[in-house]
Amino acid sequence: MSNHMKALAVAGAVAAAVASTAAPAQAGGKEKCYGVALAGQNDCKAGPGTTCAGTSKVDYQGNAFKAVPAGTCLSIELPGGRKGSLEALDRDVPA
Amino acid sequence: MLDMSPHPFENLPNRPGVGYKPQHFSDILKDARPVEWLEIHAENYMGDGGRPIAQLKHLAERFPISVHGVGLSIGGESPLDPDHLARLKHLVGWLNPASFSEHLAWSTHESAFLNDLLPLPYTLETVARVSQHIDQVQETLGRQMLLENPSSYLAFAESEMTETEFLREVSNRTGCGLLLDVNNVFISATNQQTDPCSYIDDFPLENVGEIHLGGHDEDHDDMGAPLLIDSHGREVVDPVWALLDYTLAKSGPRPTLIEWDTDVPDWPVLAAEARRAADHLEQISA
Amino acid sequence: MAAKTDQNGFVAALLNPDCPAPPTLRDPQGGPAGKRFDVYRNNVAVSLTEALQVAFPVVQKLVGAEFFKAMTGVFLRQHPPKSPVLMLYGSDMPSFLANFEPVSHLAYLPDIARLELALRQSYNAEDQNPINPNALQSLAADRLMVARFSFAPAVRLLQSEWPIHSIWRANTEADAPEITIASEDVLVVRPELDPVPVLLPDGGARFIAALQEKSSFGHALEKASAEVEDFDLTATLGLLLANGAITEIHDEEIR
Repeated sequence: MSNHMKALAVAGAVAAAVASTAAPAQAGGKEKCYGVALAGQNDCKAGPGTTCAGTSKVDYQGNAFKAVPAGTCLSIELPGGRKGSLEALDRDVPA
Repeated sequence: MLDMSPHPFENLPNRPGVGYKPQHFSDILKDARPVEWLEIHAENYMGDGGRPIAQLKHLAERFPISVHGVGLSIGGESPLDPDHLARLKHLVGWLNPASFSEHLAWSTHESAFLNDLLPLPYTLETVARVSQHIDQVQETLGRQMLLENPSSYLAFAESEMTETEFLREVSNRTGCGLLLDVNNVFISATNQQTDPCSYIDDFPLENVGEIHLGGHDEDHDDMGAPLLIDSHGREVVDPVWALLDYTLAKSGPRPTLIEWDTDVPDWPVLAAEARRAADHLEQISA
Repeated sequence: MAAKTDQNGFVAALLNPDCPAPPTLRDPQGGPAGKRFDVYRNNVAVSLTEALQVAFPVVQKLVGAEFFKAMTGVFLRQHPPKSPVLMLYGSDMPSFLANFEPVSHLAYLPDIARLELALRQSYNAEDQNPINPNALQSLAADRLMVARFSFAPAVRLLQSEWPIHSIWRANTEADAPEITIASEDVLVVRPELDPVPVLLPDGGARFIAALQEKSSFGHALEKASAEVEDFDLTATLGLLLANGAITEIHDEEIR
C-alpha cells in the first residue's frame, strides 16, 4: 500500500472511530459521585473476638487448604495448561 | 439550592457528627439532620483522585470535616514515615478541615503497617517520643492536632504513670488538644477493672476538642473476667451514654461523634444514634 | 524496674501465634496477658484479611471464601502492607499466587489478581480531562502519523495468555457469555468514576503499549499491523475515545 493509500485508510478508520463515539451522557456534579466504594477502607475499629484469624496456625496440610474445591469456579480449572479441554468451561461457569 | 460557594468551617460545632461512610453519600446530601459535621479517616482520601476525592469535595462544601488519621503511628519506636506525613500534609492542605486528630498508639514497625492501634507503656521515655512525634506533626501541618485516648486490653509492667497523667503531660509539652473517646474509657476501665468516672475526673477536660462514642463487643479473658472489644459495630450502650452525661456535665458541650465501622447500618439507624447524642448535648446546654 | 517491652518483640509475637506474648504484658491482677494479647493478633489478621477480601473479590470467588481466608493468613504475614494507605494494599498478590503451591494448578489466577489491582489503581487515579474525539479527526493525516498521545492516569493495560476478561465477567455479571480458552488483553478505562475492563481486539494491546511508550501514531500502527495483519484500528481507537482514555495529542514534529 502506498503512503497515500495508507493515509487514506487511516483517515477513514479515524473518522469511523470518532463517529462511533456518540457523546456519552455526562453525569454532572454530585450525581456522578453516587456509587459504592471499590477499595478497602482504613478505619479504627477492632476485629470481633479474640480467637479466630489471629491465632490460627498456618497449616499447609490443614483443612483450609483442602477447601479449594469449595471455590465456585473450579470448572475453569485447566488441567494440562491453557490448551486444556474446553468442556469444563461450558458447564456451570459461575455468575 | 443553598449558597454553593465554598465556605471554610473553622471549628467543629458542639453538635453531633458521624463517621462518614460512602454508602451514605446520597442520604447525607438529601437530609443529614441531626448530623452537623462529618469525620473521615485520612488514609481513605490519600488517593490521587476518583470518586473518594470527588465525594469529599462535595461534602466539604456543606459540612465541617474532621480528618481522623489511623496510620501515623505516633507511638512508634521508629521515626514517623516521611511519605505518609507528606500525604497527610497534602490532604490537610487542600481540604483545610475543621480538625485533625490521631491516636495514642503505634501501627508501623520498620516498614510494615500492621493496621491496628497497638498499645504503649506509660513511661517518661514514651512521653518524650510521643511528644516529639506530635511536635513534628503539628509543625508539618501548621496546626494543632487532637490526640485520642486508646481502648486498652492489657497493661504494661513497666508503666510509671496512669493514662490520664500521660495524656496531660503530652498535651502540656506539645500544646496538642485531646480527643476523648468515652466508649474507649468505658472499655479500658472495664478491661483494667478501674472506675471510668475517676478516669473522667482525672482527665484534662479543658483540652478536649472532640468526643467519640461507639459500640463495642463483649468477650472474656482467660480468667473469665469481662473483656470488651472496640468493634464499632452496634449502638452505643446505656452505661456509655451515662458516662457521656457525666463527662458533659463537667466539660460542657463538645463536638460529639458516633463511630460505626463494622456492619454499617442504613442511614436512619446512624441518624437515630446522632439524634440521641443531640438530646444529650441539648440536656447539658439547657 | 520492670523490663522494657520493645516493639520488635511485640510484632514478632503479633504475627506468629507460636511465639508467646511479651512477658511484660499483664492482666489487671498482674498475671500474664494471655488472651488479651490475642485481641491485637486478631485485629491485625482480621482487618488485613478484610482489606484483601474487598480488594480481590474475583480471586476469592475463584478459590472459595474459606480457602481465600486461609491463604490471606499466609499472605499478610509474608507481605504486610508497606504503607498505611490500604486502598492499594496487595500489590504483591499476583507474584504470591504465582508461587503459592496450593493454587499452582490455577495458572490464570495471578493475572486475575493483576486485573483486580488495576481496577483499584484506576479507581483511585488522578482525574484528567479527555480530548474531544473531534480533535483527532481534525488533524491532517500526515500530522496524525507523527502525533504522540498521553493517556489518562486511570488507564491500565493488561496482556494475558488467559481469558481474563471472560473469567472476570463470569464472576461479576449475571448473564456473562461462556468462557472460551483464548488469550485476552484488557484495557482498564474510567470514563467517569467507575473503572471498566474493556476487551481489546487483537493487536490493540500492541498499539496502545507502543503509544504509552511515546511511539508516534504511525509507528504504533506499524507495530500492531505487523503483529496482526487485519488489525482493527477503528475498533481500538473507538474504545479509547469513547472511554476518555486519551488526554492529550502532541502533534508537533519530534525529531
